[in-house]
Amino acid sequence: MTQEFNIDTVENAEGTPDVELPWAELGLKQNEFDEIVKILGRRPTAAELAMYSVMWSEHCSYKSTKNHLRQFGQKVTEEMKKDLMVGIGENAGVTDLGDGWAVTFKIESHNSPSFVEPYQGAATGIGGIVRDIISMGARPIAVMDPLRFGAIDHEDSQRVVHGVVSGIGGYGNSLGLPNIGGETVFDPIYQGNPLVNALAVGALRHEDLRLANASGVGNKVVLFGARTGGDGIGGASVLASESFDDTKPSKRPAVQVGDPFSEKVLIECCLELFKSSLVEGIQDLGAAGISCATSELASNGEGGMQVELTDVLLRDPTLTPGEILMSESQERMMAVVTPANVAAFEAVMDKYGVEYSWLGEVTDTNRLIITWKGEVIVDVDPKTVAHDGPVYDRPYARPEWQDALQADTFRSSAAGANLPSTGEELKSAVLELIASPNMCDKSWITRQYDRYVGGNTALAAPDDAGVVRVDEETGLGVAIATDANGRYTYLDPYVGAQLALAESYRNVATSGAIPAAVSDCLNYGSPEDSDVMWQLAEGIRGLSDACMELGVPVTGGNVSLYNQTGDKAIHPTPVVATLGKLDDVARRTPSGWRPEADGQAIYLIGTTKDELDGSEFANLRGHLGGLPPQVDLAAEKALGAILINASRDGMVDAAHDLSEGGLAAALSEMVLRYGVGARVALDEICQRDGIDAFTALFSESQARALVAVPRSEEVRFNDMTSARGITVARLGVVDAQSGALEVQGLFTASVDELREANEGTMEKYFG
Amino acid sequence: MSNDLPLIGDYSTPTAELSGARIGVVTFPGTLDDRDAARAVRTAGAQSVSLWHADSDLGDVDAVIIPGGFSYGDYLRAGAISRFAPMMSKIVDAANSEAKLPVLGICNGFQILTESHLLPGSMIKNDHLRFICRDQVLRVENNTTAWTNGYEASQEITIPLKNQDGQYVADEKTLDELEAENRVAFSYVGWNPNGSRRSIAGISNAAGNVVGLMPHPEHAIEVGFGPDATGTDGLTFFTSVLTHLVGGKK
Repeated sequence: MTQEFNIDTVENAEGTPDVELPWAELGLKQNEFDEIVKILGRRPTAAELAMYSVMWSEHCSYKSTKNHLRQFGQKVTEEMKKDLMVGIGENAGVTDLGDGWAVTFKIESHNSPSFVEPYQGAATGIGGIVRDIISMGARPIAVMDPLRFGAIDHEDSQRVVHGVVSGIGGYGNSLGLPNIGGETVFDPIYQGNPLVNALAVGALRHEDLRLANASGVGNKVVLFGARTGGDGIGGASVLASESFDDTKPSKRPAVQVGDPFSEKVLIECCLELFKSSLVEGIQDLGAAGISCATSELASNGEGGMQVELTDVLLRDPTLTPGEILMSESQERMMAVVTPANVAAFEAVMDKYGVEYSWLGEVTDTNRLIITWKGEVIVDVDPKTVAHDGPVYDRPYARPEWQDALQADTFRSSAAGANLPSTGEELKSAVLELIASPNMCDKSWITRQYDRYVGGNTALAAPDDAGVVRVDEETGLGVAIATDANGRYTYLDPYVGAQLALAESYRNVATSGAIPAAVSDCLNYGSPEDSDVMWQLAEGIRGLSDACMELGVPVTGGNVSLYNQTGDKAIHPTPVVATLGKLDDVARRTPSGWRPEADGQAIYLIGTTKDELDGSEFANLRGHLGGLPPQVDLAAEKALGAILINASRDGMVDAAHDLSEGGLAAALSEMVLRYGVGARVALDEICQRDGIDAFTALFSESQARALVAVPRSEEVRFNDMTSARGITVARLGVVDAQSGALEVQGLFTASVDELREANEGTMEKYFG
Repeated sequence: MSNDLPLIGDYSTPTAELSGARIGVVTFPGTLDDRDAARAVRTAGAQSVSLWHADSDLGDVDAVIIPGGFSYGDYLRAGAISRFAPMMSKIVDAANSEAKLPVLGICNGFQILTESHLLPGSMIKNDHLRFICRDQVLRVENNTTAWTNGYEASQEITIPLKNQDGQYVADEKTLDELEAENRVAFSYVGWNPNGSRRSIAGISNAAGNVVGLMPHPEHAIEVGFGPDATGTDGLTFFTSVLTHLVGGKK
């Protein structure tokens, strides 16, 4: 039964041009509303207004960033396109893996919902990104989640951290997708605006690739999966595209509610549809729900679609047509099916117990026509909804405070006085570092996630990259790492974005994989603030330049703006996910040495400069200023090549990149990975690089990695690095007997001491 | 022996295997570890046969595995809805029949077996109220069942544990009986990860053909894809049942 409404039909709209419409409440600006009236040649109906308002929101239309994001498509060489099967613009990019396999991956934000309602916000973040992957015809094979929270000791962090972690676990674990990594950062700057980004990766055979378009006049349009309810109405517009403000009412009703069981059934059901070639085009329902699915499918296809909205199965029969069009109820998909396949399609739905309803068909009218009991309530050119939204050249300018910020270096600050120098001081600094909220062991989080399901996980957190096997016959697989450093990017938005890419590229190479593609989630404040807009413009410019230089194309991602409370924006936080290929995941390199590695030589690849600005150590001392570490993409590329070759040729048994926390963190983490000690000396690098022991341990210079080389491989390893002009230093050896990290002449920290410092922090705060 | 399990499509395509044994793996809506269980069967040298919950044909299988996951979303209570599946009544009958079909329930499969009354007791939420995924050490308490005969008595093995509702509970009388009849198949060593009564990780029926446990042997069958320490301690479950089927020690 459908509700009786006083329906605002197109006919009615034509006859009542002066009716007041709630465009401002729906998040539209005056000029945007005027543009809609101009496009239609009349006022929009209530349903049309609902569609335009969500599809023209910042979240769906990228109106503030479109002009900048173009660079990702422009700064691309032919070589970079070689393996790219589907680029930016589809639900997710697709990269050729070889042997007839392809892989699709994407990272997205679910920031605002996760602050408002942490459990459901984070859960549906996973759900949404997984549906993007299914939409490409792929089987999802893993998820990852880079997380940024406020201060660890802030009372609200209890609500947000517990909610987000159990939401990701509760949803992801129920889907049967291993969670293979991510990051967790605590910083007061994210207090009211936590960042919950979710990544999913899927694998497919080339022939299974599916795209979101409605082609073939007369083909049927079907909505299947969960019923449409009143949750998530306006999620994309009023929630994700505005700043938080205490004065406004709660936005909880704009958060979607997830049901992972429905999603799991939907995954299997879709894969069976693909296998039997029963769908011509498919689109998941995420942000903007049916508005997005119908307008995108229609405008990507032959241009027309006719839909009867009362045929949508509802959870709540009181929903208005506008609410049905805007609802972001989860676990729904829309597909285009030929009349000949209708019966077979229905048989698959029945097998899986999935509800479906036929809504209409593809037409050649170039119009998207939506009716309510036969009366036309939407009559639009779908391209104007899906693709021709407003585009803004928002003003931007380098902030006045940027110079002063960059001049305030750690060394020149009060915080940089009396730095540790004796062995005892350095030891306690190392222990303090690895116990700190950002550097501490995060297994309190990762043990709430299933990393085993699927049986293809070859590496997972705390290793540098997550590695999953795709083809069991050959061992072909992928490695993925996500990275960002908001402090670096705050100090220099251009370089910071490049450093995020450099780190994720390095992490993938550390595992032995060849970096092949990038997906990015650009988390920034309000684009209406010229300081933030400058950070954003610089970030996109920096990232696109760096992708070109490293030769890895951006295949998709998302932009999350308005991450600010009042006029306090988050640090610019471009989270970069790099995907790499491994011919055989059995050859992946773990980020620590095992007892069997006893006696292996430990080498530091790369040089160390005095680079402490923006570092974790400076952060521990409460300082943020100066310039981030220099980025040297040529050096990153050379380092990557060494790590990949060394892994392939069996020259290294363990490798770990140096990033936040520098050598001190990397050495401690390698020791703690399997609880196996090491003896190292810093004299050689101190002398060579002209630095002191403190700088050697805590500087965050880039393009560096630690590796463990079997004695039998040392000659080959040294030959390879010197032939390529790479600087290396032999720091010491793995010592399986000592049970300690010994930094000769300075200090010895037992594995137990390190572990106690590293493992206690999360439990202390979160139980 | 072919190990390939296509990511997409039917993974039970019959292929010639070293052993003629056919081992069924049941899939319910929400089952997650069916592919892993099928891989374990094949790695052990048998043929895996996928069984759909709504069917009622056991397909001439020699043994059945009910794998882990969240069948029916754990709605109502873990395993409570799945036990009513047509396939389950066939399995219950076959397990109780003269032929004593070997049945292994892993995690959610264990929960389904208790709901089906093939095994006593029940599982409630972990005592710490969180999902937990870790490499778990178990002691083999009974190495005479259809699924454990390849282990040494009191052998300690490491296999993954991952669950939300893994706390095994039963009344004192049942627990006493289980211990007296040597029907505790596995117990947790060291830390009890979910508060299970008497640290019970897995149990068997009186005949030893039905075994259920919370940890996941199918995730510890291949070097490099299981627990860090040893990696393949779980494979013996799947070779044990083959030994059992060819009339080896029971």
